[in-house]
Amino acid sequence: MEKEIICVICPKGCRIKVAGEDGQIHKIENYGCKRGVEYASSEFVSPCRILTSSIPVEGTKDKRMLPIRSSSPIPRDKLLHCMEQIKKTKINNAVVQMHQPVIKNILGTGIDMIACRTMR
Amino acid sequence: MKTRKCDVVIVGSGPAGLAAAIAAKENNAGSVLIIERDAYPGGILQQCIHPGFGLKYFNEELTGPEYAQRFIDKASALKVETLFNTMAIHINQDVLTCVNTDGVLKIEAGAIILAMGCRERTRANLVIPGSRPAGIYTAGTAQRLMNIQGHKVGKEIVILGSGDIGMIMARRMTLEGVKVKAVVEIMPYLAGLTRNKVQCLDDFGIPLLLSHTIVDITGIDRVESVTIAPVDSNRNPILEKSQIITCDTLLLSVGLIPENELSKTGEVPIIPATKGASVNQYMQTLRPNIFSCGNVLHVNDLVDNVSREGEIAGMAAALYSRGELPEGEEVPTVAGENINYVCPQRIVKTSNKDIELFFRVKVPGHDVILVAQSGDNMLARRKTIAVSPGEIESLTIKKELLKDIGSQITINAIKTEVR
Repeated sequence: MEKEIICVICPKGCRIKVAGEDGQIHKIENYGCKRGVEYASSEFVSPCRILTSSIPVEGTKDKRMLPIRSSSPIPRDKLLHCMEQIKKTKINNAVVQMHQPVIKNILGTGIDMIACRTMR
Repeated sequence: MKTRKCDVVIVGSGPAGLAAAIAAKENNAGSVLIIERDAYPGGILQQCIHPGFGLKYFNEELTGPEYAQRFIDKASALKVETLFNTMAIHINQDVLTCVNTDGVLKIEAGAIILAMGCRERTRANLVIPGSRPAGIYTAGTAQRLMNIQGHKVGKEIVILGSGDIGMIMARRMTLEGVKVKAVVEIMPYLAGLTRNKVQCLDDFGIPLLLSHTIVDITGIDRVESVTIAPVDSNRNPILEKSQIITCDTLLLSVGLIPENELSKTGEVPIIPATKGASVNQYMQTLRPNIFSCGNVLHVNDLVDNVSREGEIAGMAAALYSRGELPEGEEVPTVAGENINYVCPQRIVKTSNKDIELFFRVKVPGHDVILVAQSGDNMLARRKTIAVSPGEIESLTIKKELLKDIGSQITINAIKTEVR
């Protein structure tokens, strides 16, 4: 399998070619620097992203939605599945603390969805 | 009508205003007051729930609300006072007039800091033909509705403009189960950051159509479709190649304009290149008691830079309010080869600090040397692999070299020979 990965480390945006099979890299070409090799390798093997969303909160004076994020990057192919669970989540608390987990171990990834704001 | 006095008054509690307030306090301003029209501090950061903030300033990646919270906590520890739900409406010399539910408030201040941020360009700014149905939003409005108020603005969306907010909303709406049919960009290159194209569009297979624009909108009560067409090298649409995309919503991410209506009431001169005030390295406008920082000064692409500008303005305003801000001969900074604008626009030569100059290039380029020079004197120089109009560049003039400045400072982005 061969993939073209646009490097996002610097504005140059090298189009790095990575070839490999089953998470094993055989060849990397067209990179501009070492950082690009690292980036392209991790993107090829397992692209992960921080997932963010916002959920309704009841019981606080603050009527805004609560912004949340994953405590660490989640594999990209699981993002939409995680959203299904997030969409069903609503919390009812008088106080939400910054970085308090609101969904623990989402989809068995070992990653929590945590609050990005304190709400009272 | 009520009146009060303070050392430094700041309009806006977004990243620029918060950083300014903290810096003013840290530089021993006695009373620091922020005027905020919203009910909460943090400004637009509160709706920017995506990560990517703080990489430069904190050396870690934060979401908008997390980035804001660090400054909110610090400002409150320093006893910065904020008047929420209060609109600043007029400046007359050293008096800032505000209104809220208590009526009119006049604040006499030793220094005024403008930190109002910017507004999005709208359909009216673009003059897109077609009917005028519901379902046309600026990307930032859709972002606020979605992330803070919990309302999805549509089911099938087309986004005009490849600005960062548009691309970030493309991802956000996709995650919420909305179909984003295309992002349409009139220029032959991306307006926002490459990182956002990769992580917001490519990750979800959202098509980006460069050199295309919207030539028609249909729908009576609600948007039913948009017509897109490729454009020629003069950006004129080629109508015979147009195609119709059905959708119920159009988001516009077509640029930002500094919100300087208040500045104009205070007779702060606004310059065309940035649509913001002209400032020196202290963020001091041509009205010496008025300072300007963040997106009201010029539209930044990173909040980290906005915070830095806020800090400078806060420090300088604190010094000014007690008559300690250095004064002296000023020389202009000039946009030279392939440079769109430079900020600050003026430099006080008697400074004893390094000076950071921010600028944008006009057209993208690879392997470029950025130089700041005064006559034949080289003041700063940096090689870079790539430049893009979407990404602000900077050069720092070391304080030892300030004596080499003649009658002006010119910034050039010079293309080197291909390696």
